[in-house]
Amino acid sequence: MVTGTQNVPAPKMVDVFSDVAIDTALATNPAGVAIAEMADADPRILTLTADLGNVLADFRQRHPRRYLELGIAETNSVSVAAGLATCGYLPYIFAMAPFGVLKCAEQIRTDLAYNHLPVRLVGRLAGLAMGIFGTSHHAVEDVAVARALTNMTVVTPADSNAVLSLMRSTVSHQGPIYIRIAEGAEPVYAAPPVFEFGRWLRLHCGSEVSLIGHGLGVGLAVRAAGELAARGVQADVYDAAFLKPFDEEAIVDTARRTGAVLTIEDHSEVGGLASIVAETVGRNGLSVRLDRVALPDEDLEVGTPAALHEHYGFTAAGVVAKALALTGRA
Amino acid sequence: MSVDAPPPVSSHSEATLDRGRAVTPAELRWRADWIRLQTVQLIDQAGVGHYSSTFSCAEIIAVLYYHTLRLRPAEPQWPDRDRFLLGKGHVATGLWPVLADLGYFSAEWLTQFGKIGSPLNDHPNMRLAPGIDFSSGSLGHNLSVAVGIAYGGRLSGRDYRTFVLTGDGELQEGQVWEAAMAASHYRLGNLVAIVDANGFSGAGPTSAAMNIEPLGARFEAFGWRVAEIDGHDVVALTRTLDELPDPASERPICVIARTRKGKGVAMMEQAPQAWHLGLLEPKLREQVVAEISGRMRRW
Repeated sequence: MVTGTQNVPAPKMVDVFSDVAIDTALATNPAGVAIAEMADADPRILTLTADLGNVLADFRQRHPRRYLELGIAETNSVSVAAGLATCGYLPYIFAMAPFGVLKCAEQIRTDLAYNHLPVRLVGRLAGLAMGIFGTSHHAVEDVAVARALTNMTVVTPADSNAVLSLMRSTVSHQGPIYIRIAEGAEPVYAAPPVFEFGRWLRLHCGSEVSLIGHGLGVGLAVRAAGELAARGVQADVYDAAFLKPFDEEAIVDTARRTGAVLTIEDHSEVGGLASIVAETVGRNGLSVRLDRVALPDEDLEVGTPAALHEHYGFTAAGVVAKALALTGRA
Repeated sequence: MSVDAPPPVSSHSEATLDRGRAVTPAELRWRADWIRLQTVQLIDQAGVGHYSSTFSCAEIIAVLYYHTLRLRPAEPQWPDRDRFLLGKGHVATGLWPVLADLGYFSAEWLTQFGKIGSPLNDHPNMRLAPGIDFSSGSLGHNLSVAVGIAYGGRLSGRDYRTFVLTGDGELQEGQVWEAAMAASHYRLGNLVAIVDANGFSGAGPTSAAMNIEPLGARFEAFGWRVAEIDGHDVVALTRTLDELPDPASERPICVIARTRKGKGVAMMEQAPQAWHLGLLEPKLREQVVAEISGRMRRW
């Protein structure tokens, strides 16, 4: 008797998130590519997923015993990873950001962060990457939650090359790390950039307005800086790849230099980069003009990522408009 | 940390404590009552604590630490040690005196319990206290953590066992059953859950709040091997734990230890709920100490 759906050979749909198609994997699934390579060299590395094994096809083929599928049980996966970390392993949990971080916030805090355990949460499809699937699938509060946790490290790669860099360079960090990946980034880096832990990269020098982005916001900042330059406005552009610890010195330097700071992120305006910058300039007694390109603290619309980004002004044009307003040239 | 860490002083501290160490039932009964007395003392220092939940598992802790677990107190991170996770972390007052006695840290540390800077908290913190294999306090997490540790044993080829002591109320947490599924899926016969089934949770009888019975059938349905015993019978406990299948076996084991909340103090056994969390006033404290110590002289 057939009691459930059977998998039979059949034509396949395009799996937009998997690393099966090797020719496109680096663009669509850089974390999956990176972890398989890293595990070749480091026997401590394990991967865990809660029904997201398709993003680890390469890893599973190369290291079948070092992959744990936990089924649709995200909270369990975090605590299981904590146990493995006490045995000397470096577990990487691959999860969809809204479920891997927000559903598991207490396990991340109590089991990983309080105990300083080297577990890595690779949160894929962050921000509005799954915008079409409904608000349950939006991850727009994840940075706020993760960065509130003592001992957490939060990194947000701007593109595929940044994913490779940030994953490789943090492999031996002693505490937990949230690696926030929003798919669909336009390339920012031609090769994996060199990050110093906790420091931001300055991508463009200018003195009139600061554009600080993380994740998808970096590409927008770079494009906007080009358009601003064409209008005679020189922007100081940063990749805020480390949101915890963040680069306080960079914020103070750029704020003093330009006196006008715009943050750009596909995250709620509450608790993310906008808050980090506002808290920092306030704490340092700097009198600067601030604005942000971020998602409003209200019920969000549902649609494709591109449509939602347009709707909320999370575009290069949106950045240019706010930057000009901030410099008094709108 | 304001408490200095002097070298361990116990005579036990140099050696590996092997599994199945020789100990008489009378010694284990005495040790369980000693745990109860020490708990009264620690709660008195802190000003608040969980008496009756600790008393229900005193025999379980005594048997594990003085007979069953393979330990090396002078080397708390010894990779081959058996692991013990206190899922019901609110009974750490019953564990601290034991760890001090075995030489994990000086008995002096106990005098700092309840004070700022003490490495011994009301719920155990693995970063502060030697001998704690994982922190606890938030119910429902430790069985999952133990699945990870047991899987780690499989990966590394080590034959340690991983024990978790849970409360029966704790089994209402959904994550416990996610862990129970994973344990049998990954054939973790090196994992042992001991349920201190005292029948009460914080606000009343466990199954009145949310029925969790039949516990044995539920664990069996999740693929576990189940033993159900009297959790105050030290002979039954030692025999059950002596007869555990080899750690290389393929079914996780659940020992349902039927216990009485407040065991060993008559007034607490009669009204266990009244003594879940609080502080004994001095006169009652004297009565409780007299009752327990009177029995200890007879063991």
